Amino acid sequence: MDKTINEYEGKIPKKLLEGIREYLPKGTNHSKLKKILDKAVREYKDAKVHSGESVGIIAAESIGEPGTQMTLNTFHFAGVSEMNVTLGLPRIIEILDGRKQLKTPAMEIHLKAPYSKGKNIKEFALSIKETKLGEIALEFSISLVDSEIEVKLDKEKMKTLGLTNGQVVSSIAKQLKKFNVKDNKDSILLRSRAKEESLNEVYKAKESVKNIHLTGIKGISEVLPVKRGDEYLIVTSGSNLPEVLQLQGVDVYRTTTNNIFEIEKVFGVEAARRAIINEVYKVIENQGLNVDVRHIMLVADTMCFSGSVKGITRYGVVSEKASVLARASFETPIKHIINAALVGEVDDLNSVVENVMLNQPVPVGTGIPKLVTKSEK
Amino acid sequence: MAKEEKTEAAEEVKEESKEPVKAEEEAGKEEEKSPEQLLEEVKPEEAAGEESAEESAEGQEEKKKAEVIEPEESHIFKQVKSIVFSMLSPKMIKDMASAKIVTPELYDKEGYPVDGGLMDIRLGVIDPGLRCKTCGSKLKECIGHFGYIELARSVIHVKFVAIILNLLKSTCRDCGRILIPKNKISKYKETLNQVEKEKGVEGRRKKIKDIITTLKTINKCPYCKARQKKIKLDKPTTFFEEEKRISPIEIRTRLEKITDEDTLLFGLVVPYARPEWMVLTFLPIPPVTMRPSITLESGERSEDDLTHKLGDIVRINQRLFENINAGAPEIIVEDLWDLLQYHISTFFDNAIAQLPPARHRSGQPLKTLTERIKSKEGRIRHNLAGKRTNFSARTVISPDPMIELNEVGVPDAIAMKLTVPEKVTKWNMEYLKKFIEKGPQKYPGANYIIRPDGKKKKITDETKEASLEEIQPGYTVERHLMDGDIAIFNRQPSLHRMSMMSHKIKVLPGRTLRLNPTVCHPYNADFDGDEMNLHIPQTEEARAEADILMEVQTQLISLRYGLSIIGCVQDAISGNYLLTKDMELSRNDALDLLAAIGVEDFSKLPRKERVDGKEVFSVLIPEDFNFTGKTRQDDEVAIKNGKLIEGYLDRSNLGEGSGLLLRNIHQKYGKEFTIDMLGKIFRLGIEVLLRRGFSSVVSDTDLPENARIKLNDVLNNAKKEVEHLISMYKDNKLESFPGKSLKGTLEIKILEVLNKARNETGKIVADFADKNSHTMIMAQSGARGNLLNLAQMAACVGQQAMRGKRIDKGFDERTLSAFKKDDLSPEARGFISNGFKSGLTPTEFFFGAMTGRDSLMDTALRTPKSGYLYRRLANALQDLKVEYDGTVRDASNNIVQFAYGEDGIDVSKSEKGSINVKRIIKSLI
Repeated sequence: MDKTINEYEGKIPKKLLEGIREYLPKGTNHSKLKKILDKAVREYKDAKVHSGESVGIIAAESIGEPGTQMTLNTFHFAGVSEMNVTLGLPRIIEILDGRKQLKTPAMEIHLKAPYSKGKNIKEFALSIKETKLGEIALEFSISLVDSEIEVKLDKEKMKTLGLTNGQVVSSIAKQLKKFNVKDNKDSILLRSRAKEESLNEVYKAKESVKNIHLTGIKGISEVLPVKRGDEYLIVTSGSNLPEVLQLQGVDVYRTTTNNIFEIEKVFGVEAARRAIINEVYKVIENQGLNVDVRHIMLVADTMCFSGSVKGITRYGVVSEKASVLARASFETPIKHIINAALVGEVDDLNSVVENVMLNQPVPVGTGIPKLVTKSEK
Repeated sequence: MAKEEKTEAAEEVKEESKEPVKAEEEAGKEEEKSPEQLLEEVKPEEAAGEESAEESAEGQEEKKKAEVIEPEESHIFKQVKSIVFSMLSPKMIKDMASAKIVTPELYDKEGYPVDGGLMDIRLGVIDPGLRCKTCGSKLKECIGHFGYIELARSVIHVKFVAIILNLLKSTCRDCGRILIPKNKISKYKETLNQVEKEKGVEGRRKKIKDIITTLKTINKCPYCKARQKKIKLDKPTTFFEEEKRISPIEIRTRLEKITDEDTLLFGLVVPYARPEWMVLTFLPIPPVTMRPSITLESGERSEDDLTHKLGDIVRINQRLFENINAGAPEIIVEDLWDLLQYHISTFFDNAIAQLPPARHRSGQPLKTLTERIKSKEGRIRHNLAGKRTNFSARTVISPDPMIELNEVGVPDAIAMKLTVPEKVTKWNMEYLKKFIEKGPQKYPGANYIIRPDGKKKKITDETKEASLEEIQPGYTVERHLMDGDIAIFNRQPSLHRMSMMSHKIKVLPGRTLRLNPTVCHPYNADFDGDEMNLHIPQTEEARAEADILMEVQTQLISLRYGLSIIGCVQDAISGNYLLTKDMELSRNDALDLLAAIGVEDFSKLPRKERVDGKEVFSVLIPEDFNFTGKTRQDDEVAIKNGKLIEGYLDRSNLGEGSGLLLRNIHQKYGKEFTIDMLGKIFRLGIEVLLRRGFSSVVSDTDLPENARIKLNDVLNNAKKEVEHLISMYKDNKLESFPGKSLKGTLEIKILEVLNKARNETGKIVADFADKNSHTMIMAQSGARGNLLNLAQMAACVGQQAMRGKRIDKGFDERTLSAFKKDDLSPEARGFISNGFKSGLTPTEFFFGAMTGRDSLMDTALRTPKSGYLYRRLANALQDLKVEYDGTVRDASNNIVQFAYGEDGIDVSKSEKGSINVKRIIKSLI
């Protein structure tokens, strides 16, 4: 039986074959199976896209139309076990724009055996969380006389984080080159190396001192251990995929982020494409809307096919177009026409808008076939 | 004055290759380019290559190299194959001009355009009765011709300032060579070509920018060793070299020295652009046809903004000439020169940051070239990418379930205004003559006849006889709309291809467009005053495409998710629900019902005295149809051999976008059958309700006394629980959730409690409400409303949330002045414990209004955002199409996907995005 099914590989998508294998009642005889497979092939052929179909516009419509029905400000507030994530239209716009700075970056860190069972999960989570000096400081005070900054430390907090004075001092010294750092037990004294530091500079330094990174992973601002199914994982707000993946105990295969550019940097465009599809699909599904993946795939593919992730903006995908008029009809027409004039750019009128502009048939769908006849003289 | 000889010189301008084709179209095209971005037709040999054989374009007049091949037949349309963009050289400006403009005067005393003025009739005509001196054609035939003025002193073109700055900074001030050593030039060129191959023209542009920035710091010429001075730009158009101003003339001489080879590294390709052309010595004058004057009611002429601006330029230019010739002091000359620069700059762009915009006398800024092209109302998006149309109608819509889904009811008044052209042949002559006989006043008549030469002739009572005599094969008759004609029906916003579908016309009395309520969903239409548009295709090709590709039945399956997008709505659902759930009726009534919806074959109805609703419904189902599905209540629905044997039909099977019933019927019996059946099902539902009666009452939401008690218990308990939580919070006994503050934890817990309470009230309402009340029937069948709505009316509206939280805005530490500070109780934070029927307290009402306003804002902000997203998507994806080899490619033939959607399946031909293997197996076993 398997053999017969295997014969059909290549004729219809694997997914369908798998479906047939799954739903086929046991003991179906050979000729019946053959019939089923043939019918599947026939239906598959019937359902294939026609050549010339303008699938791009269809995809744009399929995403654009439900966009009007999406809510603008949805906050995930399912309660305890989730982080706040931007959803709805703003998130879709964020993804398709190809923005590098996300409103709410977030990660889902899957863990390997002992941790995923819940062992030491809280400690593990805390160790990931980024701690800045401002968080363990009780007070910052400036001594005007000798332009010193005194940072009083919260010993209790340091204990839970497992931080010692020495560590704090050394990381400050590393990141703040202009100052001498002195350990004073309950506090840390910072004195400028320059002899006469203006007060203004000291105040400025006080602000930057607050942001000194002490432990954890940069960018991860909140962590939350969560039980999903019978497995523990950590959801975070803030994202830093490359560094999280280096941690011991992290399941490299399933840990993800919602930052597409990090995925691109770590895993490459193909992974980024998949991430775009997943992220967009997640939002649309969350809104209770129904959009076929194929449309999202096509959008993701246009964003990625050049080899890197490009947003659907005048700087991204649209600027790659070959046609001057197509670019001009989108945004900043004058700029495009002038640049075209300088190099003597040729518009071969291969795409849609240019031909609309010139009142000519567009080269998609029924605009493609040409009829040649001899006319009677 | 020197006027005469100059005019003579201008007159020998060569003849232009131009075609007297549709004048408006030409005018539109020509306005699109500002004079120096000339669109050049069929390019020089090297680039042309395979294009040499093609027919060239309709006369885009300033294309010097155009070779227009005369078409053999009038119906062979010429096609533009490609467009070349280039800069205008001074020579080109002179060559393409048909007049030299020397005077700012427009008309003489008689109101006749002055020779050598801006309205010179050699530049085209805009007055009826005059003939163009250049081409001899009349108004609307002449597409207009360019003129030119010779500038007394050269002037910088604002749009090229950035490039001029780059050129000056990176070339030697002495020898004009680029500041790259000889041996490196070829290397740079190679990398540029490489980049262009990989990343296209835009990539090359970026690379060039990178190269140029590295050159700015070099201060010694590698060729002549001359020391380079710092060049600064004082925006918008003044250049300084170490505090010393460089005049445009000097700039021009420097730019002239740059070799053709070096310009390549600046992204200038020589036959199309030379650096010195960016400093204007001649200014092309756009034809009058693109700046027509309007005659006001008072008989006064009001000139176009461009004419005003050009008038300024010509005037200052003449003054400058005179002053120079008279040997005026240099300061005066320079002042005038700057003024000329200002006028020419604002002629190109009147929105330059550093320049005050040129204004009308009324103070409103002039609309010059850039403003004409730019933005949504500009030439490109308004006139070129979007077009206007004739043969269309628009009115209010109203529903008519008795017309078919693919029909549109057209008021007779519209049917007599819109026409369909029919070509006269010897076979249909008598048929068409009948329309002419009726004339334009009686339906169905005809409004115009068109002679073979294209002349239109109106049919009136007087000309009727003559038209009848005259008509013969080859003529065209524009007859009134008739039943069965094809029309395209549309409702904005057209977000979908289903927003424009083809319908068959049905002429009806009345004054509104009628459509079957079933097709409301794809159009997203309702009848609260919506208007829709109707277009009548005028050619056979258009009609064929509309009929085959756009008709309603071809759009049944959504291409967004692969399910039926058209289905029963509202009353039709509750009607069918009642019918199929448990209705019994006499055979006579059943026959009556079926006859009313247009069924003619009653053989499927069982021959017994009383039949039940399922049997009546089954009459519509074909004999060999099998189906199983689920209702909204998760009951089984089964159709076996064309008989509904189990369950009932509700929205999940009849409605749009859900369930596979309609999808499977479509799959098996095709689109024609499906819309026919859907129409019948729809009418069946309505007829049932008509006969049975269906109206909802306020008392549907009445609850018995014991339900009230239960409700109060639930709400009171919830309130107590919240109070308890709050007191725990105040005593600091609450344990916070990880990652949440204490207050956040409290909020989450309170919300949880309140939501649970509201859900419980919903359940109580559901338990106690009369299942057979019409309100409940509507909710259960999915026709309108849901249990939640009912619970909100009968029992409790529930928590009002903003941004996912309880309401906490308003006054200091409290929401309304009616509450104490720091009151965290449910009623102080937007919990509405009353139902709509019992009425809300003032504070509750206020909270309801807050969320209501919030959601209004949301919609108002969302529409433009999603509209922009849609525009960007459409623009980026518009030229992706499936090729014959199954790959998806863009306009430059880059492969975007190897198979569409990874498996090549068209969503609109699938069942919810895939092929239903389960069904296939079932059907064969």
